Amino acid sequence: MSVIIEVNNISKQYRLGQVGTGTISHDLNRWWHRIRGKEDPFLKIGDENDRSRKSNSEYAWALRDINFEVKQGEVLGVVGRNGAGKSTLLKILSRTTASTTGQIKIKGRIASLLEVGTGFHPELTGKENIFLNGAILGMKKFEIKRKFEEIVDFSGVERYIDTPVKRYSSGMYVRLAFAVAAYLEPEILIVDEVLAVGDADFQKKALGKMKDVTSKDGRTVLFVSHNMAAVKTLCKRGIVLENGRMVFDGGATHAVSHYLKGNNETQNRNIFGEKFVTDEFILREIGLKNENGSYDDPLLENEVIELSTKLLLKQSAAERYALVYHLYNELGEAMFSFSHTSSNTGLQIGENDLVCKFPPLFFQSGTYYLSLFFVRDKKEAIFHEKDIMSFIVVDGGRQIGVYMGREPGFIRPTFTWQNKTILQNK
Amino acid sequence: MGKLVEQGLEDWDLVIEPRNNIFQLHLKELWNYRYLLVMFVKRDIVSVYKQTILGPVWFFVQPILTTITFVVIFGNIARISTDGLPQILFYLAGITVWNYFSETLTATSNTFIVNANIFGKVYFPRLILPLSKVISGLIKFAIQYLLFVLALVYFLLRGSMINPNLLGIIILTPLLLLIMAALSLGVGLILSALTTKYRDLNFLIAFGIQLGMYATPIIYPLSALHSKYKKFIIANPMSSLVETFRKIYLGAGELNWPGLIYSSVFAFIILFIGIIIFNQVEKTFMDTV
Repeated sequence: MSVIIEVNNISKQYRLGQVGTGTISHDLNRWWHRIRGKEDPFLKIGDENDRSRKSNSEYAWALRDINFEVKQGEVLGVVGRNGAGKSTLLKILSRTTASTTGQIKIKGRIASLLEVGTGFHPELTGKENIFLNGAILGMKKFEIKRKFEEIVDFSGVERYIDTPVKRYSSGMYVRLAFAVAAYLEPEILIVDEVLAVGDADFQKKALGKMKDVTSKDGRTVLFVSHNMAAVKTLCKRGIVLENGRMVFDGGATHAVSHYLKGNNETQNRNIFGEKFVTDEFILREIGLKNENGSYDDPLLENEVIELSTKLLLKQSAAERYALVYHLYNELGEAMFSFSHTSSNTGLQIGENDLVCKFPPLFFQSGTYYLSLFFVRDKKEAIFHEKDIMSFIVVDGGRQIGVYMGREPGFIRPTFTWQNKTILQNK
Repeated sequence: MGKLVEQGLEDWDLVIEPRNNIFQLHLKELWNYRYLLVMFVKRDIVSVYKQTILGPVWFFVQPILTTITFVVIFGNIARISTDGLPQILFYLAGITVWNYFSETLTATSNTFIVNANIFGKVYFPRLILPLSKVISGLIKFAIQYLLFVLALVYFLLRGSMINPNLLGIIILTPLLLLIMAALSLGVGLILSALTTKYRDLNFLIAFGIQLGMYATPIIYPLSALHSKYKKFIIANPMSSLVETFRKIYLGAGELNWPGLIYSSVFAFIILFIGIIIFNQVEKTFMDTV
């Protein structure tokens, strides 16, 4: 099969911080170098894109020397942590931004499913917007005309097609917008699940459409996701990005395990040192790991997760003090609060290592934030630190091929179920 | 084998590179997206009238009020010459022409900032958007032009001293519009490219356009100027356009061919530079906007 995308030495540099008065001097400097035919002086500097380290350089490389090819009909999974450069790569491919160096060659039309509803004008009717949106996505007039009936049919808003879309419900709006994108039929489709958060319905539709496109029409798909199960199911091949570099290129299953293993910079442990020292205590560290894992491994949702809190208590009346955690989801919504006092575990003077165990399949894969309260006499919060710890739970062990999407909700409790009929018949 | 593969790879539809030849204007690509241009023009026109009862009639209001203001202040209080023409016609001619220029310039100069959202999501030749503003601006111009023609006919019937040159009107009106479109688009493109990074310019544009009006013979005729100032005003490429417009429609003013040639050469050089700068900026503006 022929190569449909060829990516050669793609790098992308970003300027950090704000655009301000310093910008113009850099620009002039750069321009001065360019007219003398010299190399851009700011291209030599710049760090790898590691957000956790503070750096002196004002420039960072979001992508560095990326090389790969995609063959026609191939479904390529792109995995990597947040900030690894996945979205930047897709932006360069979809030409919404340019790379700093390198070259990409493409055959055919490239479009992405994240463009849903781009350019919809609220004052225009559904019909007018289909034509406008189709044109923005690069369709020719006759193409839109030919597919118009199908688009309207698929969207299910036929009755409102001559009503301005500002009168649409948000559901109708999304359906219409998605219908246009779905009938675009590009040779290369980009699906960025990361950017399509929020609407589970839409995600399912997008994934479904993607499966159609690849299996029926033999189109090429670039799939970006944090959902390892989906990557394994949908893709044959995967590449792994890490701090802007491509660290793996091979089979999707291998890519996924490489990603999960190589994820050793997970911040599942915060060692605080002198950061939180009060008259009552010194908070030493908070860490999360799977029961049989280490702090360097990703947190798997289908195993026991341990939250360990180490602190030195200075006060003698240890029974007066208690720790309370508040758990927030990635949207910043409070999930619940929990404390060791509920299971009659207390603190003692001196060193403490409090461990809280969450059962397997309790957390849904996703990002969570913990806030810590230090409470005296069950009423007075003498210490409070918001977002003291964040952690990511991944779905590494989920049964594959059943349902690729993320289940709704933020926790996945397992309850006791019985079928009384079967029990009675025994 | 390497050779064979190399040859097979020649037929790429698209090559994405960080910075290509600055003189590559991608005009063919622009042509491929002509339907999008039509749709943007349609969107501009339709969305302006939606939910208004009077619709396009509103475009009459602004030039009428401006003309009245000019008649009172510059005509009657300051008593600036109008080349012997009826004041209303004199000012209305200038305003009609100037409005097209200034509005197209304003609309194109904020292309990147206004459309950052859509530009961030999908690629199409960015030049389509400012081009659509130039064309949809023509519709507004047509309406105001109609007002001007109505006034012209009224004064002709009343027997005022005006001598429209029909041949001149037919030949030169499209030419004047073309030069103005090129000029406003060119300046607008340059400004839009610069404002993505330096928002300071945003403050200057509105102010600059206002000053530009006084540097153009809108409220005064070129003939009334002292030769000391005249050469500066003539250096403004809009000046000979306005004067020519007055000359062919009203019969007073200066129609000098070197001036017109100067304006058109100036306009197309600016447009060329504008497109080049715009094409350079469109690739990375998402990182700086």
